[in-house]
Amino acid sequence: MKLHEYQSKLIFARYGVPIPKGRVAATAGEARQIAEELGGPVVIKSQVLVGGRGKAGGIKLAKTPQEAEELATHILAMEIKGLPVRKVLVDEAANIEKEIYLGITNDRAARRPVMMASAAGGVEIEEVARLTPEKIIKVHIDPLLGLRDYQARDIAVGIDLPREHWKTFNVIAQGLWKAYVDCDATLAEINPLVITSDNRLIAVDGKMLIDDNALFRHPDLAEMRDLDVEAPSEIEARKYGLSFIKLDGNIGCMVNGAGLAMTTMDIIKLFGGEPANFLDIGGGAGAEKVAAAMRIILADPNVKAVLFNIFGGITRCDEVAKGVLTAMEEVKPQVPMVIRLVGTNAEEGRQMLANANMITAETLADAAQKAVTAAKGV
Amino acid sequence: MSILINKNTRLLVQGITGNEGSFHTQQMIAYGTNVVAGVRPGKGGEWVMDGKVPVFDSCRAAVEATGANASIIFVSAQFAPDAMFEAADAGIPFIVCITEGVPVQDMMRVRQYLDQKKVRLLGPNCPGLITPGECKVGIIPGNISIPGNVGVVSRSGTLTYEVVYALKLLGMGVSTCVGIGGDPINGTNFIDCLAMFEADPQTEKVVMIGEIGGTDEEKAAEFIRTKMTKPVVSFIAGQTAPPGKRMGHAGAIVEGGSGLAADKIKALQAAGVKVARHPEEIPSLL
Repeated sequence: MKLHEYQSKLIFARYGVPIPKGRVAATAGEARQIAEELGGPVVIKSQVLVGGRGKAGGIKLAKTPQEAEELATHILAMEIKGLPVRKVLVDEAANIEKEIYLGITNDRAARRPVMMASAAGGVEIEEVARLTPEKIIKVHIDPLLGLRDYQARDIAVGIDLPREHWKTFNVIAQGLWKAYVDCDATLAEINPLVITSDNRLIAVDGKMLIDDNALFRHPDLAEMRDLDVEAPSEIEARKYGLSFIKLDGNIGCMVNGAGLAMTTMDIIKLFGGEPANFLDIGGGAGAEKVAAAMRIILADPNVKAVLFNIFGGITRCDEVAKGVLTAMEEVKPQVPMVIRLVGTNAEEGRQMLANANMITAETLADAAQKAVTAAKGV
Repeated sequence: MSILINKNTRLLVQGITGNEGSFHTQQMIAYGTNVVAGVRPGKGGEWVMDGKVPVFDSCRAAVEATGANASIIFVSAQFAPDAMFEAADAGIPFIVCITEGVPVQDMMRVRQYLDQKKVRLLGPNCPGLITPGECKVGIIPGNISIPGNVGVVSRSGTLTYEVVYALKLLGMGVSTCVGIGGDPINGTNFIDCLAMFEADPQTEKVVMIGEIGGTDEEKAAEFIRTKMTKPVVSFIAGQTAPPGKRMGHAGAIVEGGSGLAADKIKALQAAGVKVARHPEEIPSLL
């Protein structure tokens, strides 16, 4: 789950990271008021969860409160990469002398967190990694020991940070580490961390990604979820504990197991079709969950056929069949449906569906081909 | 022969009294697995499974009383990290964690600690493993595979069932089938299993089922190219997955251009691995 810039920076500030003075505003009037309070030039920054806000015109400098209001009016009416701007952050403008990158993420291959820094801040770190990987300093952190002061110092040396800033830099690095741990982040990033012309270090921009699996112990963070970045069908699916991702094709898929669900999409494509979604109903799904899944799939007007692929292990095929029948009565689908049931109680399941006017299939390949043909309407 | 588990495995079940724990313990016992103990803090002294399996308050007490040498964890994600630490501290050398949804930072700490103790972990978010005809530790259905000479290692659950079932329909059997799980930070990985299959005299061929996310398949390809003599057939799921989206498994995500199915397939093919276009092709490629 992504947090907005203003949310991330407020969290960093709680851990002693200096951030610019400023507040978030939902209206141009509020933006003006904040600019008046700050009393100098301010930056108006759109709060949307996509990269490239600046290039899209979503970040502007305002010299007066009047200008802040005008720019906020304009930015709050914008859509950036399909996402509406609902809030702007009004921050005091910093006189930037130098820009640094500082971030922590999970290094999957090393199975540890890694702190990364670069003297080439302000741009996307992926870009720096691609073009000049030698400019990135990486320090792996022992998850049981945490970030040690000497490691933060090593980073400061690595990016040629003047000695007078080492102490503050350590406070910032330690604060970022603590924020990352306490919030169960998978990414905590300050980009840029700037040295101002009056020689202060300030986190001008911030970004955090939170581990969805850890939200059970962070109800405060869970509430910050921005639903604009998700398709309504994905939000609906989450309520039922379904793993659902909307795609652009026309064959709806309902599968148990993530690997098998991906494979079902792949095989549809292999036989010339396009999947409309990824959907894993999970292990041991009962009739109610299956019915919810079916409603979500059929709510997509693009769907011209549905493929059910169930390999019963913990999931019982008769339970799935029951859910399919319930949902069919409720939704009255107008599209052809192909079903393949294998494994636990498959025979019982098939018998229950014998009169349901569904196309049955034996193998995965057979099922995919029948679904592709059905979707073409021939 | 087989890898990791066999007739001599003495299994402890952590969370034996829960819904999943008790159901799958019954299934494992019915398959022939020697379940020697269960743990459920607060229920020590009870007997479950028709009075055949004693329940203990702690792993340490269970190990002392029964000599358990492997553990399987069915407790919820919130408590699973503690269950793994506890099993390791009780001296259990092999831990299987079925639990899905363990926070990734917890897993980094668990893995670091278990490595220091030289404890082998399988999972989390995995279906466990089965040595057909001998022993199963986990939730893989018992009736979909038969004993044989094909070693199977996979990041997926049901997709693996598809593959071993397709093999069974053609009379092809399995030495051991290992589900390593779909999380980004886990215990046993592809290379660990490939090395064990290479050393196992019963295993003659290997099936490796990967998916998008991470670079473990690429590393496995390098291992196969340089260290393996036995033939390997592979399938990679997620060729049509959009970037930046987690495909059900926490670890199945294409990020920053890394973890693509196409790259994995290319690396495997370059290592001489036959890569199936879909799982039902696997038996014919063996």
